[in-house]
Amino acid sequence: MSLERVKTGAAAGDQDNYLRRVHPAGWHNPTPRAQYDLVIVGAGPAGLAAAEAAVRLGLSIALVERACIGGNSLNLGSVPLKVLVRSGNLLAGMRDAVRYGVAHTGTAQADLGAVMLRMRRIRSRIAEVQSVERLRACGIDVFFGEARFAGKNRLQCGTQQLKFRKALVATGARPKATTIPGFERIGYLTSATIFDGDALPGRLAIVGGGPLGCELAQTLARLGSQVTIVQNEPKFLPLEERDAAEILSRSLARDGVVTRLNTTVVGVRECGGRRWLDTVSNGAKNSIAADAIFLGIGRTPNVEELGLEAALVDYAAHEGIKVDEHLRTTNPHIYAAGDVCLRHKFTNVAQASARLAVANAFAAKRRRQPHWLIPRCTHCDPQIAHIGMHVRQARQRAIAVHSFTIMMQDVDGAIIDGTDVGFVKIHVRAGSDEILGATVVATRASDMINELSVIMHGNIGMRRLADILHSYPAQSDAIRLAAVAWRALHGSAVPPAPVRRAAKAAAAART
Amino acid sequence: MPDDVTILDDAAMIERLQRGAFAYFTSYANPENGLIADTSRVDSPCSIAVVGFALSCYVVAVRRGWLSREDAALRTLKAVDFFWRSANSDRADATGYKGFYYHFLDMHSGRRVWQCELSLIDTALLLAGMLCAACFFDADSEPEAQIRRLVHDLYRRADWRWAQNDSGTLAQGWKPEGGFLHYGWEGYNEATILYVLGGGSPTHALPPSSFAAWTITYQWENLLGRNILYSGPLFTHLFSHAWLDFRGIRDEFMREAASDYFENTRSAIAIQREYAARNPRGFAGYGADLWGVTAGDGPGPDEMQSSGRDRRCFGYMSRGVPYGPDDGTIAPWVMAATLPFDADSALRGTRSLLARYPQVLRDDQFTSGFNPSLTEQATGWLSEGCYGLDQGLLVMMIENQRTGLIWQLMRGCAPIRRGLRRSGFAGGWLDDVA
Repeated sequence: MSLERVKTGAAAGDQDNYLRRVHPAGWHNPTPRAQYDLVIVGAGPAGLAAAEAAVRLGLSIALVERACIGGNSLNLGSVPLKVLVRSGNLLAGMRDAVRYGVAHTGTAQADLGAVMLRMRRIRSRIAEVQSVERLRACGIDVFFGEARFAGKNRLQCGTQQLKFRKALVATGARPKATTIPGFERIGYLTSATIFDGDALPGRLAIVGGGPLGCELAQTLARLGSQVTIVQNEPKFLPLEERDAAEILSRSLARDGVVTRLNTTVVGVRECGGRRWLDTVSNGAKNSIAADAIFLGIGRTPNVEELGLEAALVDYAAHEGIKVDEHLRTTNPHIYAAGDVCLRHKFTNVAQASARLAVANAFAAKRRRQPHWLIPRCTHCDPQIAHIGMHVRQARQRAIAVHSFTIMMQDVDGAIIDGTDVGFVKIHVRAGSDEILGATVVATRASDMINELSVIMHGNIGMRRLADILHSYPAQSDAIRLAAVAWRALHGSAVPPAPVRRAAKAAAAART
Repeated sequence: MPDDVTILDDAAMIERLQRGAFAYFTSYANPENGLIADTSRVDSPCSIAVVGFALSCYVVAVRRGWLSREDAALRTLKAVDFFWRSANSDRADATGYKGFYYHFLDMHSGRRVWQCELSLIDTALLLAGMLCAACFFDADSEPEAQIRRLVHDLYRRADWRWAQNDSGTLAQGWKPEGGFLHYGWEGYNEATILYVLGGGSPTHALPPSSFAAWTITYQWENLLGRNILYSGPLFTHLFSHAWLDFRGIRDEFMREAASDYFENTRSAIAIQREYAARNPRGFAGYGADLWGVTAGDGPGPDEMQSSGRDRRCFGYMSRGVPYGPDDGTIAPWVMAATLPFDADSALRGTRSLLARYPQVLRDDQFTSGFNPSLTEQATGWLSEGCYGLDQGLLVMMIENQRTGLIWQLMRGCAPIRRGLRRSGFAGGWLDDVA
């Protein structure tokens, strides 16, 4: 199929369907009930998970959203970016195809317009299962508009007032702004705006070397932009360990990304029709020319304009809404979940915390927020994933750790695939077979880390893991091989690990 | 002498290689100020670390009869006197500041070049060489007494507390243009001697918490079937070890791991060999008896054709295995530099390299880097000239294997003993009365 056919085939209908699902044109808000059991503010991953949980409890629910159902994750974040990543990976694979004895005629290249069309189609498809229509079919009253608390148990949405027994604030977070001179005047892209256009910036400067900056840098470089990424720390992905971050640095460089570590952006200006990013690195000044600038320096909770004061809900601008261990705010009838109140701003945590908040709001006995054991992944090539404790965190708590590493270049499944860059590193409590955490760098680390999540939740130690059959050949066999290495060293000298240790490990990792 | 050193027996071959390496320090020295060039290339500046290696190598040369004691003392005195008198201020063209020195200096004026950084690790290697010389030159003669006085003063001048820049660990460097350089300390590397010397200072001693703030970032890892405190480039397992005899002494980390830094280097060698045997990237030459991936010169950043395959190569960079980066470039000298840790592997590796690729040795000196996978030239890619660090490390390590001279001298060095103890090392020779 030609690119043109893809484009024409991707009917404008995709976009129509999408909008119909996430924010229909000419929407009329329903007439509010006298009182709702639960009013949910924000229909992102947390708000939707809360709604689903509340439906199961048979509650009357109002769901208020100011933009689109699905929140950042679906509309501006994970979903659209990962669609672009897929196209970038495919293009890189095609350029590499000759290694596999596969030739294609012509030059593999990307058409960003077509990539964006695919992105919109996928977004629309995913939106279907959480569409306004479906929410309404579940008996949820969906309100679009800006919401403000008007009192301890009232929410104002436009001209309508929603009274509630309980409320959940799940307004999420947005890209953090900067005070670096020039940014506001000259303008910049963030994850909230980058998916608007269909044209690839010729020269793109990315400020911020976290997961978002790195994913975007590699992907847009593969798709054809000249990308420079500026990070003010000694490594990319500061949360991840050295060996992972270094592999990522090299992989960015291999794809033609110009990497600037230990470099601080001090200003942005326009000169000669170009944008310039002024930087300082070890006292040396430099300037980077760019057609577009992307700012990815973190996320800030959406706490403003919500009338939280009127509802007696305490919050701080950077940390977000204050919640207790039960996810309850300073107003005992109002709970919060997801990015607006949690340090770990991940879709999976947002959903889990929302389910817990709903349960706590209506159960006789409240459950504490557990120490979430969070698998997370940066979707670069290779992907970089982590769960549980880092060695450094363990050592700071005087826990002796022995890490068992399998290089992907020694895993048959990865060798066969030609995707043998990376490693699986499982951190084990010394003197036992208890798994405290793991880092995976591999093309499919996002999947492999989920196996480790199950292993840790299931309290499976290295001894049992070594005997668990894995399909052959497979990249995830690296996980079993790490356990085999553990057993080769320990024989049967160490007793099996006690139960409930995964939760304890996560507890330590949290602080 | 035969051209082919491999026909010599082990002892004779090692002697030849050691002497060949030592010749670097008489060939690329400025006799006026005792500075030594970083590389053999024309217009190379001085590297202060290479001076540190040179000062230790003079000691070896006296023991071997290659230099007279008087000649070695005078060469040493020139260098330490230069550093003592050099401009030590915050001016951008000084030689040093706060008792530390710029990484690269003009061979003649001795002043900072290339706007380089005031380097903590390179100053440590320089001071280690000075202390080694001060331990060796123990006679009452005026030059030797003066060496000891100057080294004492130079060591006392280094302000380690300043270099902490109010943080737990040390900064890696400082520049007059922008202040401290801090790349963070994550994981093991060659800097043990830096913290030991900082801890041993009689004037500005680092607190024990400083070494601990670095070692908290260590990982005890099982890798390719070996337990190791991992660091990729092989030199990181050798630099501190050139001066410090780590056999039997342990810090807190190694006590917990039931290993020591000598044994750890043996593991690093085993991993290098195992990686080369598996040779996952299919590089030419690699095998259990041909290995040695470390920091050094490389073929350059351009894509180069190798045996019909495109490969991306690096210029001068810190290479390591198994995590990479590895572009098929090995350091031909480094196998021989591991002699005191695993003599059998070092000899087998060096012999097989020289038998197969004799071009890596010129005038009995190893080139810095060699990449046999790159076939544009029949010889493979060869680094131009030699690097002083490589030659110095080789001279010292061969001597440690032959007589243990450097290790023995440094075991008696009060600042080293103090610094090791302050960093939490104990056991073995450290518990003996000096």
